[in-house]
Amino acid sequence: MLNLLRRGRTFRHGIHPPEHKERTDALAIEQAPFVDEYVLPLSQHIGAPSKAVVAVGDAVERGQKLADPGGFVSVALHAPVAGKVTAIELRLHPNGRMVPSIVLQRDPWSSQQLAGEPVDPASLDVKEALSHIQNAGMVGLGGAAFPSHVKLAVPEGKRIDDVVINGCECEPYLTCDHRVMVEQADAVVRGTEILRHLLGGQRSWIGVELNKPDAIAALEAAASPPVEVVGLEVKYPQGAEKMLMYAIFGQEVPAGGLPLDLGMLTNNVGTTAAIADLFDRGLPLIERVVTVTGVGVDRPRNLKVPIGTPVRTILEHCGLSPRADRVILGGPMMGAPQKSLDVPVLKGTSGLLCLDGAPEPAEFPCIRCGRCVEACPMFLNPARLARLVRAERPGEAADIHLMSCFECASCSYVCPSGIPLVQWMRVGKQTLRAEQAKARAEAAKAEAEAGS
Amino acid sequence: MSDRPAGLVISSSPYVKDATTTPTIMRDVTLAACVVLAAATWHFGVGSLLVAGACVLGAVVTEWAFTRDKAPSPIRDWSAALTGLLLGLTLPPAMPLWMAFLGGVAGIGLGKLIWGGLGQNLFNPALVGRAFLQAAFPTSITTWSVTAAEAGSHTQIPNTVFAAPLMHVELDAMSGATPLGLAKFQDQSTEVMDLLTGVSAGSLGETNAIVLILCGVFLWWRRAFDWRLPVSTLATVAVLAAALHAFRPDDCPGAAFYLLSGGLMLGAIFMVTDPVTTPTTKKGAWLFGIGVGFLVVLIRAYGGLPEGVMYAILLMNAVTPHIEKYTQPRPFGGSRGG
Repeated sequence: MLNLLRRGRTFRHGIHPPEHKERTDALAIEQAPFVDEYVLPLSQHIGAPSKAVVAVGDAVERGQKLADPGGFVSVALHAPVAGKVTAIELRLHPNGRMVPSIVLQRDPWSSQQLAGEPVDPASLDVKEALSHIQNAGMVGLGGAAFPSHVKLAVPEGKRIDDVVINGCECEPYLTCDHRVMVEQADAVVRGTEILRHLLGGQRSWIGVELNKPDAIAALEAAASPPVEVVGLEVKYPQGAEKMLMYAIFGQEVPAGGLPLDLGMLTNNVGTTAAIADLFDRGLPLIERVVTVTGVGVDRPRNLKVPIGTPVRTILEHCGLSPRADRVILGGPMMGAPQKSLDVPVLKGTSGLLCLDGAPEPAEFPCIRCGRCVEACPMFLNPARLARLVRAERPGEAADIHLMSCFECASCSYVCPSGIPLVQWMRVGKQTLRAEQAKARAEAAKAEAEAGS
Repeated sequence: MSDRPAGLVISSSPYVKDATTTPTIMRDVTLAACVVLAAATWHFGVGSLLVAGACVLGAVVTEWAFTRDKAPSPIRDWSAALTGLLLGLTLPPAMPLWMAFLGGVAGIGLGKLIWGGLGQNLFNPALVGRAFLQAAFPTSITTWSVTAAEAGSHTQIPNTVFAAPLMHVELDAMSGATPLGLAKFQDQSTEVMDLLTGVSAGSLGETNAIVLILCGVFLWWRRAFDWRLPVSTLATVAVLAAALHAFRPDDCPGAAFYLLSGGLMLGAIFMVTDPVTTPTTKKGAWLFGIGVGFLVVLIRAYGGLPEGVMYAILLMNAVTPHIEKYTQPRPFGGSRGG
């Protein structure tokens, strides 16, 4: 195992951005203060919005279910605090849209005790366990917020051999996963074993970048075979699922496919710990660890934040500087910029990054230096793709694998001419998806007309 | 805390950025080229500055004249000045200034602007300028004045430098021959030490191999170029020249001589490394360098001209789109061409 650590396995290509983790990586997780009002959008995850099961005026307990899953690819939603439902209305979502949200007024007299009921995962069959996970509101906490029970559902005919827990946290600035691994190593290892048991896997791996030696030490102390801790080279985007699989197993997940196709499955460390807490302590997903950092805050912190807490109150708690001119939800590579602080922390919010001194955008012509080609972990040619998208030829971009791009932004990071390459990728992908949807709709219409 | 109406800047990710920018790359290469020009001034006298200056002037004036309506002006990216400077380094010290100026005009006009400006051109603009001068003024571009040390003065400027446009002026000072010319036409060899330290006739920037290698190391350290390009070029020349020397010593005086003489070092460090006119892929970079090296040896050993670096690079520039096409990376998790 030691020699695995020393080797620092990794993937090909990628970048080495400055880490900026030193302000928070040694700070223990603190509980965020309670606030008066919580806003819980019904869509915080990929998939169908949840369906509210409470009405305005209802009093709810902490951890009580507020909404049911709105379909298979959807999860439940729970009250982060005890209080009263004051509204179910459109509120600003971090994605910039107004979405239906449950607004909760905290009961100032409640002790906010949470009585959860532990469930022994061994007593459940796979279907029951997945349903339990879905009804606890579990989604991937790494940022994508994909429903965990969908990810963990192994289709008929597929088999999982290796369960990989993703503790890379390769985004600069973020340290929430790091702190979870250090402080809740037992829960991470326990969650890993629950998942492996659930999936019928042979071996489990916890991949951690070598810049977190304390996390590696804590996990090694907690883990025993068949759980193995693997040290990985510090390189972005090491935490991307396909890059992580390549680093550990040396195998490429087929284009357009999933690690599942190779008998592997990944899960984020934070999610894994949350799943352990669900089974062992009966805790639904009502809070998460958020790294609040960047030069725009005076007191950077790793905070355990109840879901639905307004970003504004968290930033005020951490000393938002008047100079801050950008607030990013997530990390600096893939995070989402905010135009307002009146948005809630969601299940997928890993960081609140506050920056100042926004640079004037300065774009120079492409000098064909090839740095983007050398950076792209998917071995694409970002400059060429961007040129095609810009010329409104997305079909040709698709021919050279535009859809393989997962928007890690390594190309934009390295581009000396400051060309927003990843933004062009996003534009191209959206255009292609819209065209596909249109083609499908037309085909359906033609079919309906032919049938009538 | 006050409310922030419209106080937050919305821009697309990423919010961290590598410090290397196109202007810093251009500035680093310009800086290195200036060091080479300083060495040229030491070797050939202050006339070197005038010749290079005329090229820069021709290049920048042309860029400015044809891009006046563009905002922001492309002049800000240093690339036109750099093209002029690099062109100057490829010219002989006794080059008439008006020709040098015209070379700068042609380099930017024909080498860059007609293609659509920075990043669009197929051929290296500095070498397009030089090829233009080679075709237009074959005598002037092959008239080599002797070094300042031999002439006995650093301040004396060859009379041809100030020739009036279109007038025929004979160089009234001693003229020399380049080491490659000597080897090809007179079977004379030049000491390796002289090639390293610039004690030979030649174009402004090509004679001092030590200075050029140091500039190459600087640019590599600054990550201003893809190291595969110069390395593959030089390695190919070394291997082919050594092989040729072993089997047909009459055709080739040896690897060290080929590496250090003529414009190879200058071309390998300043022209082969031009990102615009070379492949973007790693594999393509290797192929490009190997192609340049092969052509250089071919022209030098078997061509009518003593030197072939310029044509070798221009020819490889021409096939760059094809190299590019056949060396596209295989997508992760996919098959080649799939």
